[in-house]
Amino acid sequence: MKIHHFLSLFSTYFLVDGVNIEDRAGQFFSSGHTNNWAVLVCTSRFWFNYRHVANTLSVYRSVKRLGIPDSHIVLMLADDMACNHRNPKPATVFSHKNMELNVYGDDVEVDYRGYEVTVENFLRILTGRLPPSTPRSKRLLSDDRSNILIYLTGHGGNGFLKFQDSEEISNVELADAFEQMWQKRRYNELLFIIDTCQGASMYERFYSPNLMALASSQVGEDSLSHQPDLAIGVHLMDRYTFYLLEFLEDIHPASKTNMNDLFKVCPKSQCVSTPGHRTDLFLRDPGSVLITDFFGSVRKVELTMETINLTDPIEQLESAESGELQKEMHTYADQLPVSEIIHQKPKQKDWHPPDGFILGLWTLILLVFFQTYGVKHLKHIF
Amino acid sequence: AMAEQKFRVRARALVCVFVCVVMCGCGRDDFQEELVIRPLHSGDIYTSFQFRTLWETDFTRENKVSHYRLFPKSLGQVISKFSVRELHISFTQGYWRTMQWGQPYLPSPPGAELWVWFQDSLTDVDGTWKELTNVLSGIFCASLNFIDSTNTVQPSASFKPLGIGNVTDHRFLRYATLPREIVCTENLTPWKKLLPCGSKAGLAVLLKSEKLFHSSFHSQAVHIRPVCKDDQCKTTSWELRQTLNVVFDLHNSGQGKNEWSLFKMFSRTLTEACPVASSSKIYIDITDNSQGEQFELSPATPLLSQAVVLGDRRTFSVYDLTQQITFGTMRSLNLLIRGKSSDMLRPLLHAERYVAGYGLQTGEIHTLMYNNHPYRSFPVLLLDSVPWYLRLYIHTLTVTSKGKDNKPSYIHYQPSKDRVRPHLLEMLVQLPPNSVTEVTLQFERALLKWTEYTPDPNHGFYVGSSVISSLVPSIVAMDTNNSRERPLFSSFFPSKEESSYFVRVYTEPLLVNLPTPDFSMPYNVICLTCTVVAVGYGSLYNLLTRSFQIEEPSPGLAKRIANIIRKMRGVPPL
Repeated sequence: MKIHHFLSLFSTYFLVDGVNIEDRAGQFFSSGHTNNWAVLVCTSRFWFNYRHVANTLSVYRSVKRLGIPDSHIVLMLADDMACNHRNPKPATVFSHKNMELNVYGDDVEVDYRGYEVTVENFLRILTGRLPPSTPRSKRLLSDDRSNILIYLTGHGGNGFLKFQDSEEISNVELADAFEQMWQKRRYNELLFIIDTCQGASMYERFYSPNLMALASSQVGEDSLSHQPDLAIGVHLMDRYTFYLLEFLEDIHPASKTNMNDLFKVCPKSQCVSTPGHRTDLFLRDPGSVLITDFFGSVRKVELTMETINLTDPIEQLESAESGELQKEMHTYADQLPVSEIIHQKPKQKDWHPPDGFILGLWTLILLVFFQTYGVKHLKHIF
Repeated sequence: AMAEQKFRVRARALVCVFVCVVMCGCGRDDFQEELVIRPLHSGDIYTSFQFRTLWETDFTRENKVSHYRLFPKSLGQVISKFSVRELHISFTQGYWRTMQWGQPYLPSPPGAELWVWFQDSLTDVDGTWKELTNVLSGIFCASLNFIDSTNTVQPSASFKPLGIGNVTDHRFLRYATLPREIVCTENLTPWKKLLPCGSKAGLAVLLKSEKLFHSSFHSQAVHIRPVCKDDQCKTTSWELRQTLNVVFDLHNSGQGKNEWSLFKMFSRTLTEACPVASSSKIYIDITDNSQGEQFELSPATPLLSQAVVLGDRRTFSVYDLTQQITFGTMRSLNLLIRGKSSDMLRPLLHAERYVAGYGLQTGEIHTLMYNNHPYRSFPVLLLDSVPWYLRLYIHTLTVTSKGKDNKPSYIHYQPSKDRVRPHLLEMLVQLPPNSVTEVTLQFERALLKWTEYTPDPNHGFYVGSSVISSLVPSIVAMDTNNSRERPLFSSFFPSKEESSYFVRVYTEPLLVNLPTPDFSMPYNVICLTCTVVAVGYGSLYNLLTRSFQIEEPSPGLAKRIANIIRKMRGVPPL
């Protein structure tokens, strides 16, 4: 695939005019993915962590705008800020002060919320080991041709990320989860973005191929928040994600910006912390990876000229109603049948054999009885 | 884009109608939408949306239903896969204040509530219940998967089926509430997607989340039940009702002027009815305003309708959205209601509940039920479901009315099992006229295991609302013919007798604090233990296993130089 890519690069340099369409077609198929997924996690609870929810929702909004549908996004918000009673404007989450941009919007589907956002659920989503009754919207149904974007935000430290103030996930666990995903062929390429204090420590331990990681701060540095809003009373966004959102607002589904531009987002002068990135595990050159490879969605279209014969429409069976149906009248049940309730017999509980304790007690009593009085009394019983 | 969308919806509706006419006319479905607006005497306004889809089909037959038109496919598959006979789910934010707002058309408790009647052909009810809650949590984007055996109960007399059917074996009923569940746009979005017109046309265009959640009370619900198709009631059809009740606060919505309009409430106006709806109406309750002295309604409408609802005959002004003249020359309808409504009658039944006591060990639950009727008494069925970590002492249960003991004629109590089942208490109490009945029950708080605490344990733990079901005497004769065409808001609870109507009242949920441990203690203990072990055992180990040798200290510099000189001289060193 790399050779193919180099060839197409050479062709653009030397054959300018006529090969433009072919070259674009070449680029269309150059990355190996056919579908896009996103897992966006906010791990903080409580009203003063409003900015983490705003971070996650702004990435959610950009990702939806660039084409990834709700069915391919797993959104986890550890607390509810929009309908929180402290929110002066309910059903909104703002990212810019003076309430310019409502990132919560009117069409949001949160898959995991509140107490469901735990380390266990997060790792289960990544590795696919969910209980059988989990609905589809709560699963990451990726395959080996999926590009996955994983975004984490919250409070973190050197080597760990805190979930909901009660547990944490370490960088070793995360690296092992990605290795499981690689071995189960659950991703083609994975972009990992983390916006926490000392975020770079979370990607230090990765060892699976095709992982690219970005963090908002190096080890020993704190990620800072951007600006408070005086009406709402809390900080609205973190700096790194604020400038990331500004950068993404300029991207449209057909844009050609690549990852090198993403690495330049939020330099130290704006962010106060130094954003870091890691590309040594990634096979392709970051300059050739488009932003829309991860943030947008690819719909693979196959043109075919052959005709396909559709089968005949399914005949809706005439339900053999009239003869078969009962002739008796149905009635509505009585909502509060007082006399019936008063005379309700106690339910016949299913008989269970006596519990262990009772059985043991009776055995003891019988043993003592027969010990005292001798076995000859048995004949009185049988 | 608007015109294009309208055209698309119209085109889709035309195609649907055409297809339906062409295919055999078995199982036609019908959609009706309705909005009821009731100005309240405190200046607030109560709006209730109801969307009803009726479909004559049989979900329980072997050949799976495959052609869905107006009925949403996700719910149809849920009904057939889980052998559901009736399903009622509601999500509520806020508490309904009966004394200030009167009785709601559809009551609901704060948080999420789910109760389901299964078909009597089902063998494993508990397993199916667990799967059903998981599937519903995916459909409605709510954490309904937290419903498990620790908060599910099987009422023995309350929650009789609201649809038709003969069997009422309570083994097939399950009831659960999640008082902590929040409602927000993420629950409204999939709810709106279940409607045939979505939120693009008809009354559903008014459902904008920024205004709906900025209210005192917001409740959205889905009710599925089998109903009679016609008067003879020989065939059944499935009814899906989606209801949304909102109470807008006068002072919250700005300016404080006693003026309400559709634009002020919903930031939208109506431009058309849903094209696939057979009826689309707005009802404004003008019973207290017969001469127009209390409030003024514009644009004026000639249509009037009377309905018997909640035991009273009420008069309504009707706006029919399927008629083009309703929208006037502007092609948009913005109802304006100026003025306040008069004082309402005191509701005949309402209830309160609170926790008494002090400290973190014991407490007492008090439930107060008020019967405000001057001379009639009526029976009331109280259902209480208390989590296992509040250990109830049933021997302390007292029921008193007017100072005297009031013995319930039916008590069903199922004790809890730690971490398995909650307490269930059901009592049938006769409330004497014009009285307060107080039910008190003492409890003790349990200490949970440290992994069982939520991430924010100091917030407290919720106890779900009590449910009080009752047949309240009505002022006018109720209509017992349940199959007649009636406005949707008056046909939810079926009435069997003329002198009383069925009402369900929910109390407040309780918030109790459980004794919370210091969660940093495991870390502290580990540190302390390791330090003690390291210092104590380590020192002892060193003392026992080290061998000691005497070692000459090396002499100072001056002494060493002196020794070298002495060695050179041949004299013994110092």
